[in-house]
Amino acid sequence: MSPVSNIKTLKIDGKDFSARQDETILEVARQNKIFIPTLCDLRGLSTVGACRMCLVEIKGTAKLLPACVTRVEEGMEVTTTSERLDRYRKSILELLFTERNHICSVCVSNAHCELQSLAQRLQITHVHFPYRYPKAQVDGSHPRFVIDQNRCILCTRCVRVCEEIEGAHTWDVMGRGIDANVITDLNQPWGSSETCTGCGKCVHVCPTGALFEKGRSVAEMLKRRNFLPYLTLMREERD
Amino acid sequence: MTPEELEQIAEEERGTQAQFLHRVNVCLAAGCISCQSQSVKDAFDKEIANRGWQRKCQSKGVGCMGLCAEGPLVSTAQGALYQHVTAADAGEILDALDSEPVSRLVCRTDVPFFQRQKKIVLENSGLVDPERIEEYVGSSGYGALMRVLTEMTPPEVVQEVVKSGLRGRGGAGYPTGLKWSTVAKAAGQHKYIICNADEGDPGAFMDRSVLESDPHRVLEGMLIAAFAVGASEGYIYVRAEYPLAIKRLRTAIRQAERLGLLGSSICGTRFSFHVDLRLGAGAFVCGEETALIASVEGKRGTPRPRPPYPAQQGLFGEPTLINNVETYANIAPIIRHGGEWYSQIGTEKSKGTKVFALAGRVLNTGLVEVPMGISLRDIVFEIGGGIPEGRCFKAVQTGGPSGGCLPAEFLDMPVDYESLAKAGSIMGSGGMIVMDETSCMVDVAKYFMDFCMTESCGKCVPCRVGTYQMNELLARITERTATPPDLAMLEELCDLLRNTSLCGLGQSAPNPVMSTLRYFADEYKAHVEEKRCPAGVCGNQAEEAS
Amino acid sequence: MSKLRLATVWLDGCSGCHMSFLDIDDALITLLERVDLVYSPLVDTKVFPEEVDITLVEGAVSSEEDLRKIRMVREHSKILVSLGDCAVTANVPSMRNPFGVTAVCERAYRENVKLDPGIPDQVVPKLLDRVRPIHEVVPVDVFVPGCPPSASVIQYVLMELIDGRRPELSTRTRFGA
Repeated sequence: MSPVSNIKTLKIDGKDFSARQDETILEVARQNKIFIPTLCDLRGLSTVGACRMCLVEIKGTAKLLPACVTRVEEGMEVTTTSERLDRYRKSILELLFTERNHICSVCVSNAHCELQSLAQRLQITHVHFPYRYPKAQVDGSHPRFVIDQNRCILCTRCVRVCEEIEGAHTWDVMGRGIDANVITDLNQPWGSSETCTGCGKCVHVCPTGALFEKGRSVAEMLKRRNFLPYLTLMREERD
Repeated sequence: MTPEELEQIAEEERGTQAQFLHRVNVCLAAGCISCQSQSVKDAFDKEIANRGWQRKCQSKGVGCMGLCAEGPLVSTAQGALYQHVTAADAGEILDALDSEPVSRLVCRTDVPFFQRQKKIVLENSGLVDPERIEEYVGSSGYGALMRVLTEMTPPEVVQEVVKSGLRGRGGAGYPTGLKWSTVAKAAGQHKYIICNADEGDPGAFMDRSVLESDPHRVLEGMLIAAFAVGASEGYIYVRAEYPLAIKRLRTAIRQAERLGLLGSSICGTRFSFHVDLRLGAGAFVCGEETALIASVEGKRGTPRPRPPYPAQQGLFGEPTLINNVETYANIAPIIRHGGEWYSQIGTEKSKGTKVFALAGRVLNTGLVEVPMGISLRDIVFEIGGGIPEGRCFKAVQTGGPSGGCLPAEFLDMPVDYESLAKAGSIMGSGGMIVMDETSCMVDVAKYFMDFCMTESCGKCVPCRVGTYQMNELLARITERTATPPDLAMLEELCDLLRNTSLCGLGQSAPNPVMSTLRYFADEYKAHVEEKRCPAGVCGNQAEEAS
Repeated sequence: MSKLRLATVWLDGCSGCHMSFLDIDDALITLLERVDLVYSPLVDTKVFPEEVDITLVEGAVSSEEDLRKIRMVREHSKILVSLGDCAVTANVPSMRNPFGVTAVCERAYRENVKLDPGIPDQVVPKLLDRVRPIHEVVPVDVFVPGCPPSASVIQYVLMELIDGRRPELSTRTRFGA
């Protein structure tokens, strides 16, 4: 018997791939240009498996598993696209559109929004679940940034980047279920936050127009995320 | 503490008990306390003192006797059980100790409610004083721990649990022995034991009752588990809404520590185990193991994807064994009598007994322990005494918000993990709500969906938004404004949540809807197509007709 | 071959989708070789015809009048097209939904009005509690998101429908496009 190898071979959509044992299905798929939709995932941040967009089928497993947190295994056979997965992904995305008030046409992130572009990619031309139209808050108390809860999809990227990369932990989640919200400090106005360093990382990792810079008009908010892998790499090297 | 010393305590306790000619046990568990059983106990104490019977008659506060609906309950050593006892009855009951019981207060025990039960978990409930460790020791308590520490190796303990066939009593029914052996084999210097006492299903009170009636049994189970898997620290995660259970657990922990049954170098061996309480702040999702672990760690109680399972990476990233109260409560008897003995009770795949909290439209509401494989009919009609007011049985709901509603055609089905799952429900933690024809099944489904929506943590999208959408659809159906496409959408969401939610809460949230859609489709149809509620529960129909 | 009958309807929207339709410029002439424009805000017909092959609907359903109209339009149209984000998602008109119709009317007709403030109860159609996308009210056959959908997308949709094909839109337009 050969010693246990730390290289695993697996099949994704019928094709053979090899991967390090600590890699996730999503990482392997991305390296090989296989598209798996994601929303909460962002390279450089911890994974939470919350948005459920990256669910994939694995042969021999009844449950669908999130590709972002599921590690490769020897002989694993992964299916990333199927009629069923497609249907579920569309439904989940549609649910997000119904949850708050996503008015693309007047959004700062129009044409640069991950929710919007994913909807297009998944061929969503309308939302068949009823819209909720909740009354959501807009906090413009910060001198440079705004949080518009109407556009938040609760991916918690802002929470994670603030805690894991900036180390400030200004953001967190408050409330449960449909009433959950991201908050700054103990739900105080962002502008009065004592912990916020004003670094703006949260703004740039936000997949939608929920977090944006003041002074940006419709479609003007472009997000820069290149800093994230560099920062992560530098932190890792220093440790 | 040595086995001999423990035996000495037991002997002394039995001796003390034997000195009394008479004994009056007053239930001091939450159910009876809420109907003033403490004043009954005080009345007995006072009356015994007045009569100068202190050496002759013992009055004792004990745990749950099961028939909670008829409380306060009082039992005597002569074998009489009294119901609806008030403080004023104390003298009369004492007068009757040497003669015939007081007939107007007698609760018959020769009825199926008592006769058909088989008590393992509840063997001490209603008999021992939960606030005195000596009484637990006196009824063979901590004997199993002693045996494990002096005569067995950890793998032997695991093997005994494997042999017993015990499955997790928290709901999912994962084989306990397998879980233990996984944690035992997991690499890690530090391992943890967690007892899940975050009982949150509406209408369920099994764990509360066990903790209030016999807390040492749970501690002993945890100690044995810790020894078996190699853990030295443990937590009991108990919901803050159970103040009495918390108080009695705290007392029990203090007492066990004082006797050297808990703490460092237990019984002079190298085995150490420390246990602490963590109080849940009222979130149903914290009953889910990964959310519970996050909560114990002081974080927001939200689940995370598994794998890694807690057995590999649990509390503070270390291998963690997490079992439910009732699971731990089964351990000491299994060690005492052997896994073989336990495996002979129940069915092929579901061994032992199960405690159920019987509630709803049934004559005898309360706590029962029955062998696995018993039929629903026996539980509802024999033990439960059937439906009151001459009404008709309609459904029994098991497994709480994660379970389903089963109609009359399943009454003869054996109660075991597989049968219940096959029928579209689950064993769950043991809540059992009986419904008669006055219940509207759509309304019931809506009640549970509203519960799941309120209790969803909000982390994953399908559960957070899906439970809201389903609740809205169910509201429209009960308001009779829904259309056939709404029904289709409801079914679509059932499928979505079941297959894509992150944790058990979201995955099982559709169960009450799916089971009622399956067995009571005509009721949905009546609401949607004929705009009427057959049970007359939803809205005021007379008002609408006018 | 007889010409298909085309109609366009304007509910609660800014008329931008109609402007975009007009932006197909000279292609209008080609289009009109294939269809008759039987009803539209752009032509002078007062009554919606009995039978229409393709109806483009711009705007969300905001008032009782919108509701009455879209139900009537649905009844007389073979293919109903939700044209633009207001029709497809309720878009900007729906931004009043979180506040409720009373608060919105108070703000519009009383708080911000100096001369003779008061909520009109005549002539102006009564607003619905909620602005809704068309498919929440009547079945819709084709969805064309966009704010507005570009002229080329509208032209493409019409030509596909005229030729009896189902337009494939996801690569051509999206919400907010």
